[in-house]
Amino acid sequence: MNKKVFLGALTVAGLAAGASAAATLDDVKARGSLKCGSNEGLAGFAAPDANGVWQGFDVSLCRAIAAAVLGDAQAVEFVPLTSQTRFTALAAGEVDVLVRNSTWTFSRDTDLKLDFVGANYYDGQGFMVRNDLGVSSAKELDGSTVCIQTGTTTELNLADFFRVNNISYEPVPVATNAEGQQQYLAGACDVYTTDISGLAATRATFENASEHVILPEVVSKEPLGPAVRHGDSEWADIVRWTLNALIAAEEYGVTSANVMELAAGPTTNPEINRLLGTEGELGAMIALDKDWAVRAIAAVGNYGEVFERNIGEATPIGLARGLNAQWTEGGLLYAPPFR
Amino acid sequence: MSAGRTDPVAFVRREMLAPAAPPPGQVGVIRWVRENLVSSWFNAILTALSLYAIRYVLSGVLPWTLNGVWNATSLNECREIRDARGLETAACWAVINERWLQILFGFYPTDDRLLATLFYSDALAAAGGADAVFNGGLNATQRVEFVSGMKNELSNGLIFLFGYWRPLLALACLVVAVAPILYSSLPRVLLLFSLAFPFVAFFLLWGGSVWLPLLVALGLLATMLIGRAVGARFGMLGGSLAGIAAFLVIFMNPLSFLGVTGLFPLLPKVLGVMDSILPWGLSAIPSDQFGGFMLAIIIGTSGIVLSLPLGIVLALGRQSSMPLIQWVCVTFIEVIRGVPLIVWLFTASLLLNYFLPPGTSFDLLLRVIIMVTLFASAYIAEVVRGGLAALPKGQYEAADSLGLDYWKSMRLIVLPQALKISIPGIVNTFIGLFKDTTLVVFIGLRDPLGLTNAIRATAEWNGIYWELYIFVGLLFFTFCFFMSRYSMYLEQRLRTDHR
Repeated sequence: MNKKVFLGALTVAGLAAGASAAATLDDVKARGSLKCGSNEGLAGFAAPDANGVWQGFDVSLCRAIAAAVLGDAQAVEFVPLTSQTRFTALAAGEVDVLVRNSTWTFSRDTDLKLDFVGANYYDGQGFMVRNDLGVSSAKELDGSTVCIQTGTTTELNLADFFRVNNISYEPVPVATNAEGQQQYLAGACDVYTTDISGLAATRATFENASEHVILPEVVSKEPLGPAVRHGDSEWADIVRWTLNALIAAEEYGVTSANVMELAAGPTTNPEINRLLGTEGELGAMIALDKDWAVRAIAAVGNYGEVFERNIGEATPIGLARGLNAQWTEGGLLYAPPFR
Repeated sequence: MSAGRTDPVAFVRREMLAPAAPPPGQVGVIRWVRENLVSSWFNAILTALSLYAIRYVLSGVLPWTLNGVWNATSLNECREIRDARGLETAACWAVINERWLQILFGFYPTDDRLLATLFYSDALAAAGGADAVFNGGLNATQRVEFVSGMKNELSNGLIFLFGYWRPLLALACLVVAVAPILYSSLPRVLLLFSLAFPFVAFFLLWGGSVWLPLLVALGLLATMLIGRAVGARFGMLGGSLAGIAAFLVIFMNPLSFLGVTGLFPLLPKVLGVMDSILPWGLSAIPSDQFGGFMLAIIIGTSGIVLSLPLGIVLALGRQSSMPLIQWVCVTFIEVIRGVPLIVWLFTASLLLNYFLPPGTSFDLLLRVIIMVTLFASAYIAEVVRGGLAALPKGQYEAADSLGLDYWKSMRLIVLPQALKISIPGIVNTFIGLFKDTTLVVFIGLRDPLGLTNAIRATAEWNGIYWELYIFVGLLFFTFCFFMSRYSMYLEQRLRTDHR
């Protein structure tokens, strides 16, 4: 009898889990807000302003999803996750989507039962040195001391790169980016290495930023992207195509300023018409209404606007588009057609 | 020497001489300096070296601290102001000036409705009145814009006093509730408030229906009264059983194994009725919005209050002559104490999710409080065991010879002495516990140190370290210093020996 009850409970629990996994969209709508796993604070990507409202590059994607699904860009609960807790929190259903500068890798996509739905930022590991070191390439770094965060993929990438190029170096292990920054400034190491976006953000805080230079070599691929749980393809579609809508909007010249005008009536470009719902029924195919992309773009702007506002060259972080330019401009951003 | 003597005495002093001033080298500052600073050539060298070291440190720290910039909107502006003033170094206290509310309260929501009604009424009326803004008229985006605009207008001091009145009132209640426990000169009636405080604090901090904490308190009271009434008639065993039965009926469903649901527990039913009659309450605030130094105080206070009784019970259990109880206590203490706190916190935040059925959301803050309490109680148990071991055996035997039973002898003879001996150790553990609350940053709670990271991630304040850490350090120091001073006061007051 007891065993039966136990098995029954397990079945019910399993069903409940299956049901909850398959209906993230319904959960979000019922809750009235999107739970977005975010960084606890990463310059340019996620940070609270003085009123406690989150801003940043990753944050904008969460807001775009909320705008598309709920019509309300601020209806997002940000759940700060550390690099240790992020994937378990997503798997356990504590968040609906994880947009936390997480690298899309094979094992995370398969073994951890996550689905990366795209890349919103193509990053890579780089090196920063002082100008007066007189170094212009990472291959001239023989015999240098390198500050490196322990326990990260950057540590392994560094070892690979220097071994392949037959360069000797002395690692100075640091625990956090903040510590690395201080050690580098104090002269404990000649080189500081981490993701290029992180290096740029770090360099932007220096009093004399022009005395430091980021070397041209990029030694790893770090495609950062939003992730959702395995097993709910409908929800994955919504997140994937919201990201694609922002990217496509930039390609077709749709901005937060002109999106309302363009959505008012059909334009001469059928791709824009389908994206903005003035032609076809694309929204209904992902269980949203036809204005979903209009709301997302109106709320945060297209990909280019989000980039320029948070991490672009006008901001203190000052990142160039680089790999994150549209494919038409020599970058990697390539949204599949909206049809 | 009679009055009739007529010896010619040249001079007789009839009054005392005023005492002469001591030699100049033996008084006041000079003497103190001679005795303490330059009593020998070796000490003189040490003094010179120390003075040089102090001057070196202060000349670095003081200008930086005192010349600090208080009004700026970003680190770069701080640096510009510093350069404009022609200073070498200057702290950028502006970050504290702008963000101190965030460090204190994290992202705990302010009472925007109250703030708007009191200080922003014109704009509120323009936006359609309080109900339109805060009760569904506007969507979240418009509301956030309204509130951001309001907060940019208001000073941080006003937001602190009126926006955060709930945590502030809870803190004031904490002070009132703790005072009669700490200082025995206060009237004993106040202890009733101390008992009610957990429910008051829960209501203020988490909000929700006023009836939930009230009914839980009443339920516990009813359990106790029923147990006592039955116990008076049918003895202790009957009383305990009746108390347990009442507890089960009120708070749980004792018939669940029979498949009978819907009858018990009684609490939610009464709650539903009361809520429909008088729907009183505050807006509910989920625990994932708690943060900042407030989080440290909540976890620290709960941990301290709960771990002391648990630790004492564990210490007594470890000394028990009943093997089962002894083994359980020893195992518990050794296992909990043998594993680092951070591991227990990870267990609480990550592993429990796998064991609990999916869909149950067991509050993370509650999990953390339980883990911290268990961890501290294992340490307290060992500290108290030290106190118990320090008592002469004669005290135990004296209690036995008076005919006291186990609990009476512990309560009246053994524990008062053992706990007195253990005070420094207990307070030591408490201070450690309070500081360990910063470890919750690793499981994603927004503790003050985690918030410094978040603040540093903004474009304006990226690259600022010392100012934030000093501020957080001062907050913790204030609390820990108070605890340590109180422990010294308590030792002084309880001193009964004649040393």
